[in-house]
Amino acid sequence: MDAVYLDHNATTPLHPRVRAAMLPWIGEKHGNPSSLHRFGQAAREAVEAAREQVAALLGARPPEVVFTASGTEGNNAVIFDAARRAGHRGHLVISSIEHPSVREAAARLEKKGLEVTRVSPGGDGVVPAAEFAAALRPDTFLACLMLANNELGTLQPVAEVAAACRERGIPMLCDAVQAVGKQPVDVEALGVDYLVLGAHKFYGPLGAAAVWVRKGRELGGLLVGGSQERRRRASTENVPALAGLGEAAAAAREEMPARVAHLTALRDRFEAELPRRVPGALLHCTASPRLPNTSHVAFPGVEGESLLIRLDLAGFAVSTGSACSSGAVEPSKTLLAIGLPAEEALSSLRVSFGISNNQDEVEAFLAALAREVAELRRVAPSLGERLVTR
Amino acid sequence: MTETAGLTAVAMSGGLDSSVVAWLLAQRGEPAIGLSMLLWDRSEEAVHGRCCGALDLGDAKRVAQQAGIPHYTLRMDHEFRQKVVDPFVEDYLAGRTPSPCVRCNTWIKFDLLLERARRLGAERVATGHYARILEGPDGPELHTALDADKDQSYYLFELTREQLAASSFPLGEMSKPEVRRLAREAGLVVAEKGESMEVCFVAGGVREFVEEQVAENPERFAGAALNSPAALVDSAGKTLGTGQPYYRYTVGQRRGLGVAAPSPLYVLAIEPAENRVVVGSESDLMAPGLRGERLHWIGPAPHSPVEATVKIRSRHPGAPARIHPLEDGHVEVRFAEPQRGITPGQAAVFYQETRVLGGCWIEGRLF
Repeated sequence: MDAVYLDHNATTPLHPRVRAAMLPWIGEKHGNPSSLHRFGQAAREAVEAAREQVAALLGARPPEVVFTASGTEGNNAVIFDAARRAGHRGHLVISSIEHPSVREAAARLEKKGLEVTRVSPGGDGVVPAAEFAAALRPDTFLACLMLANNELGTLQPVAEVAAACRERGIPMLCDAVQAVGKQPVDVEALGVDYLVLGAHKFYGPLGAAAVWVRKGRELGGLLVGGSQERRRRASTENVPALAGLGEAAAAAREEMPARVAHLTALRDRFEAELPRRVPGALLHCTASPRLPNTSHVAFPGVEGESLLIRLDLAGFAVSTGSACSSGAVEPSKTLLAIGLPAEEALSSLRVSFGISNNQDEVEAFLAALAREVAELRRVAPSLGERLVTR
Repeated sequence: MTETAGLTAVAMSGGLDSSVVAWLLAQRGEPAIGLSMLLWDRSEEAVHGRCCGALDLGDAKRVAQQAGIPHYTLRMDHEFRQKVVDPFVEDYLAGRTPSPCVRCNTWIKFDLLLERARRLGAERVATGHYARILEGPDGPELHTALDADKDQSYYLFELTREQLAASSFPLGEMSKPEVRRLAREAGLVVAEKGESMEVCFVAGGVREFVEEQVAENPERFAGAALNSPAALVDSAGKTLGTGQPYYRYTVGQRRGLGVAAPSPLYVLAIEPAENRVVVGSESDLMAPGLRGERLHWIGPAPHSPVEATVKIRSRHPGAPARIHPLEDGHVEVRFAEPQRGITPGQAAVFYQETRVLGGCWIEGRLF
C-alpha cells in the first residue's frame, strides 16, 4: 500500500477534474483577464465561469464572490477593512478557537487599542450561541465565528449568532474554510455577511480562495492597484488557480451527497472500531455536530508527536495540534480551550479523511495505530515527567 | 510495515557536519531519519549559523530532502533551558566559566535525544562530532578524531559506555576539507556554511546575556547581585581598586581589568560571596594541579591513581598528570609541570594516547 494520506484538513490532493480544468491554463492557454484582445477575453471567461461555479456552490450571486489568494487573506481583508470603516475604534467579537488568520488579526487590532472579546467553547467543542450573542455590544463593528473548527471538526452555531448580529445591525464574518466542500454550505441559510473559503481544502489548488460578500456590504481590499474584482482586490487574477477553484466548487456541488455519505462511513467505521483496537483511546466531541471527515482522538500516556512520527514512518500521514513554522509541535490552543489538560492535548491526533480514502485504508490505519501505540507504551511507559514540567 | 530494523536517527543541526552525516548514511542505503532539536526559540533574532537557530532547522529539512530521508523537528527548548542555559547562567553567577557544549552533549544529545529517537524506533543516534568510538576489552571506548585540529572528544567526556554503544560518529576518521568536498559533490545546500564557534544560544556578549537572563527570570536567579562593582584585590587581600561586576571576569583574563599596575595583572580567582576578584602576576596563575568534582570514567573506575594527559580546556594541548580519585566524585589532578589558568567551571578531560578515559569538572586549583 502506498502512503495513506489522512490529513485532509491541512490540504487535499487535486481532484482529477480540477487538474484537467487547470491544465490548459498552465499549458497552451494564457491571458490577462483585463486585456481587450481575444487572449484576455478567454481568460476573463475562465475567471467569470469560476465565479459562477463558486456562487452556485454557496447559493449566492456571482458578483458577490471576490477572489483572493488564500483564506488567510480573505479573513484579514474583512477584519482590517471593518476596523478601518469603524475608524479604528470600537469592539470586535471572535471565538477563542478561530483560525490564526482571525485570532492574530484581532490581536493586532487589540494592540492598536481596539477591544476584543473572545468567546470560549464548551467542553463539547462548540461555542455557545447565547454567550456569543451576549458579548455583542452597541459599538461592536464585526463578529467572527468559524463554521467548522479545523482541529476538532465541530460545527459552530453560525446561523444563530448571525441572527443575533442581524437584529443588532452588526456585520458577521464566517470563516468556512474547513466546511466548504465537505458539507453543504448555503450563505442565505447561514445569514452571515462575509464568508471565506479556500480551494485547497476541497480538492482545488493552492493559491485560490474567495470571500463571499453579501450585496450591500462593503469590502475594501488589502491591496491597492488595478480595478480587478470590482476594486475589492487589486492584482492580476491567478487564472489557472481560479479555473481550478471553479471546477473544485462544481465538483463539490455535484458530488456533495455522495461525499458526505462516503466520508461519514469512513469516519464512523474508524470511530466504531478504534476503542476495541486501541484500548484507552479517547474520541473527542463525538456527540457534537461535526464535519463528516474529522476524528480527534487522544491516546493517554502516549506522546502525540512520537506517535505521529512513527505513523509517518509506517506510511500514514496524520496531524497533531498546530505546527509552528519549524515543524515542532506545541499543545494546541483549541484543545486547551475546550478544557483538555495539557497532557491529553499533547497525546492527541487529528485524523481527517478525504474522498479518495477507502475502507481498506481505514483498516490498515487501525492496525498501524494499534501496533504503534502498543510499541510506544512499551518503549516509553512513563511520559509524565516531561509533560508535567512544561 | 515499519522499517525500524537498524534505524539510525541523525541529529541534524542544519550545519555542514551533521548534514554530511545524513547524506552519507542515505548514500550507504542505511535506514535513517533526521531529527532536529528546537532548543532555543528566539526566532525573532534569526540566529543563523549557530547550532540552535530556527533558520538552520529549515536547512536541516532541506538537506534531509536532498538525502531522501524523513526529517522531524522535536521541541526541546524547555529541557535545554533547564539542563544547559540556566546552569550556564548559574555558573557565571557563582564565579565559574562554564562549558555548556559538554552539558548539551551529556544531557540533551546523548540522553534526551537518544531517548526520543528510541521512542521513534531508532537504535542509535549519529552526530557530526569529530571523535571515534572504538570497541575495547570493556566495551566501547571514546577516542580522538583522526583530524586532531577538529577533534571534539573533549566535549563528549561525560558519555557512558551505554550511550557510546548507541552512538555513531561517522566523521571521526575524516578531515574537515574532506567533509566539505563531500557536501559540494553532493550539492548540499549547506556546502558553503561556516563553523559555529560561539556558544549557540548567545547572540551577543556572554556577560550581557547573563544580565538579560537574570533580569528576565529574577525568581530563578534570586539573590544575584547585578551591576555591583567588584573589589579588585591582590593575593594578600589588599584592595587595588574597583572593577566591573565579578561575573564579567574569567580566570586568566588580562585585559580590561579596570585597574592600572606597573606589571600586567591577571585574574587569579573570582569570589562572588565577597564580591571580590583576586588579581596577580602571570606567575601567580601557574598551579601544580586542580581539584575536581563529578568525576566520570567512561570505562570501569580504576582503584589506584592513574597517569594520563589532561586537557583543562577545549583548546589546551594537554599536560601529563597523575589523577587521584577522592571520596564522593571528587578528585585531585597533579600535573608534572605547573599549568596556567586552571579555571573553575571548565572540564578537565583525561586521555591515554587517543583514548578518553573520562574527566571531571574543575572546582579550583591546588597550591
